[in-house]
Amino acid sequence: MIDRRHLLYAAPLALAGVAGVSFFAMLKRMKTGAFDPHDIGSPMDGKKIPDFALPALDGGNGFSSADVIAERRPILVNFFASWCVPCIAEAPTLVALAPQIPIWGIAYQDQASDTQRFLSQYGNPYQRIAADHDGYTAINFGLYGVPETYVIDKSGIIRARYAGALTDDIITSELMPLVRGLA
Amino acid sequence: MIPELGHYALALAAVIAFTQCFLPIWGAYRRDARLMGAAGPLAVAQLLALAVSCFALVYSSVVSDFSVTNVYENSASTKPLVYKITGAWGNHEGSILLWALILALCGVAVTLRGGGLPSSLRARVIGVLGGTSAGFLLYAVLLSNPLLRTWPAPAEGQGMNPLLQDPGLAVHPPILYLGYVGFAVPFAFAVAALLEGRIDAAWGRWVRPWALLSWCFLTCGIALGSWWAYYELGWGGYWFWDPVENASLLPWLTGTALVHSAIVVEKREALKIWTVLLAIGTFSLSLSGTFLVRSGILNSVHSFANDPDRGVFILGLLAIVIGGSLVLFAWRAPKLAEGGLFAPLSREGALVLNNLFLVSIATVVLIGTMYPPFADLLFGAKISVGAPFFQATVLPLVVPLIAAMTIGPVLAWKRAQLGPALLRLWWVALIALAVGSFAAVGWKLLPGIAFGGAAWLIVGSLAEIAERIRLFRLPFGQSLARLGGISPAVWGSAVAHAGFGVTVAGIAAMSLATSVVVSVPVGSVQHVAGYDWKLVSLETLPGPNYISREATIDVTRDGKLIAVMRPARHSFTSQQQTTTDTAIHTMIYADLYAVLGDESGGDAVLRLHYNSGAPLIWLGGLIMALGGVASLLDRRLRVGAPARRRTVTATA
Repeated sequence: MIDRRHLLYAAPLALAGVAGVSFFAMLKRMKTGAFDPHDIGSPMDGKKIPDFALPALDGGNGFSSADVIAERRPILVNFFASWCVPCIAEAPTLVALAPQIPIWGIAYQDQASDTQRFLSQYGNPYQRIAADHDGYTAINFGLYGVPETYVIDKSGIIRARYAGALTDDIITSELMPLVRGLA
Repeated sequence: MIPELGHYALALAAVIAFTQCFLPIWGAYRRDARLMGAAGPLAVAQLLALAVSCFALVYSSVVSDFSVTNVYENSASTKPLVYKITGAWGNHEGSILLWALILALCGVAVTLRGGGLPSSLRARVIGVLGGTSAGFLLYAVLLSNPLLRTWPAPAEGQGMNPLLQDPGLAVHPPILYLGYVGFAVPFAFAVAALLEGRIDAAWGRWVRPWALLSWCFLTCGIALGSWWAYYELGWGGYWFWDPVENASLLPWLTGTALVHSAIVVEKREALKIWTVLLAIGTFSLSLSGTFLVRSGILNSVHSFANDPDRGVFILGLLAIVIGGSLVLFAWRAPKLAEGGLFAPLSREGALVLNNLFLVSIATVVLIGTMYPPFADLLFGAKISVGAPFFQATVLPLVVPLIAAMTIGPVLAWKRAQLGPALLRLWWVALIALAVGSFAAVGWKLLPGIAFGGAAWLIVGSLAEIAERIRLFRLPFGQSLARLGGISPAVWGSAVAHAGFGVTVAGIAAMSLATSVVVSVPVGSVQHVAGYDWKLVSLETLPGPNYISREATIDVTRDGKLIAVMRPARHSFTSQQQTTTDTAIHTMIYADLYAVLGDESGGDAVLRLHYNSGAPLIWLGGLIMALGGVASLLDRRLRVGAPARRRTVTATA
């Protein structure tokens, strides 16, 4: 009775079943807060930034973890990419924030020419820019996605991370008070 | 009083919908003509009840009755009248009501147009539509009721999301929903056919017009959505591969496959089971898209309020509708007889190829869209999938699809030969190659290939028509006379394929767009893409419920005034939110596009774009939809119409 034909015709049902059970699990965890695609935790908090040395967009020296530590003051490291829509939304916020705190940018898995176009189009808030072509540095940072911003204190310790676009609200209520406390 | 009446009508509609599901399907099983006959009147009654309910909501919104929670949360007395009306469906509860109204409309449409259907099939189709309605109406009554009251009544509403206060978005949801929900009819036909255990050529003929009509609306809906993102968000882009956009693209892809595979069912009685699966799949994707977007599972820039409780209820509904139909498919489909053999190289073969490519693209887009939440669930990894993935995976599938789109229509049914077909298209290929290499040399390789593809599609469609009227082979007068004899179906496919070509050309040209961002004082002039953009003035103006900061830019070319553009920023008083009002001057082949940014120290940030080809993207979508409409005019597709006698042109 159950031959290959029957199995084949049951395949769509099986697929839909797997999807349905997964969605149910997601919804259940969303209720308890264990699953939230919009907000994510920060396991790197309080740890030293990972070692890295990245090239600049044109291939020269971008910056390294040593450069970050050598800065001896709180800075923001912002991962971004030209292909990322929330980054476009975030761009004007960062441009407005730039006079208050140094922002160093890492272009995540992006073509240099695309990054350049992104910066000329939406503004360049970055004091220094490095390119993480293969994304290994991002993995060491534990990057969830772009945009993502790390607050690093004067001794190179990650104090906070903000996944997703920074908003004026986050900046005034959380980020700047934190930075002022670090200075 | 009016909201309570609407509330009552909504509950009544839910009860009627349940009856509309059970009586006709039970009647069809028992072969009871009276029970089956109840299908039509029940569908009409459900529509009337829902219309009363919708009227009550719109009325409450228009008179600003803030004791109605939904109106309080989404409206304000200062809101312009037109947005009070359209705002009624601009929120979650209202949009579900609109959704149900359109589904009820589908039931009545089948009742009115389905006179020629076998009575049991008709009863089952209307019954399945009723069952789907019933589930969503139950959801509306229990968990998403737009007509509940708040007491004491607030004096003023909270206002609407300013981004949604826009004429484009007023018409966008109804059109998109007509597309989404319209696919419920092919779905109902598929489920009814599985219940009947029989599918024949006539079934293909009945399903196709409904699929086509929904496809036309969905095409227009997606084009409108993309256009809205282009002018309202002010980022200068038209498609961001955002989960919400992908959710509308998925049913469009499978719906396009369905529209094509139904032709094979109708003409050759082949691909029947596949077509049934496509019909179920397309509606399932429409449903899941609506659900996923609203449940908050997908992380999107178009965020809606998330409520996991509602999500669980909708998921249960989806399990019944989608799961139920797939159980039926797994059980009954193996019993359906496949018919109509054909050689791989034939019109049917080309349509199968089209289906393979479209479904592959849909699969790739689905994987890219669903990977982030699944990776989160399974590995706890947070990742985002962006445009590079979609471009790298979709492009290689679109290129062969475009190549096949022009060859397919010239192949013969059943068994064809590639040689003669290609011989008829050599000059089309030559033109496409010339256009492509000209563009590739002039600009860049990839846009060059795309321009070549666009030419291949547009000229190929013209060639198809030229071939039909034997242009240059018969005297010109005779050719012209043959023009009238071409069937609407042939016009439809030629126009729709050419429309896709126009969209491809637009996308290719858009990749060559140029833009600058500058911070300049009043009186300065920028040179962008051969135009001089002069910032003439900056003014503050009052709006109905916002304050507007407006820039005036004179755009000239060689001293001649081309356009006066007025980009603005609107600060909405009740939400403390700012939106950009993009100024667009369209010249069909390109747009001049200006956005006003922040101001500091007398300087204003201006973003000036020269968007080559942008209007073609949506124009192409409109042409595609027109092709669908042309195809609908074909007499053979009109249910109940007697088969037309074969004319001279048809046999030629």
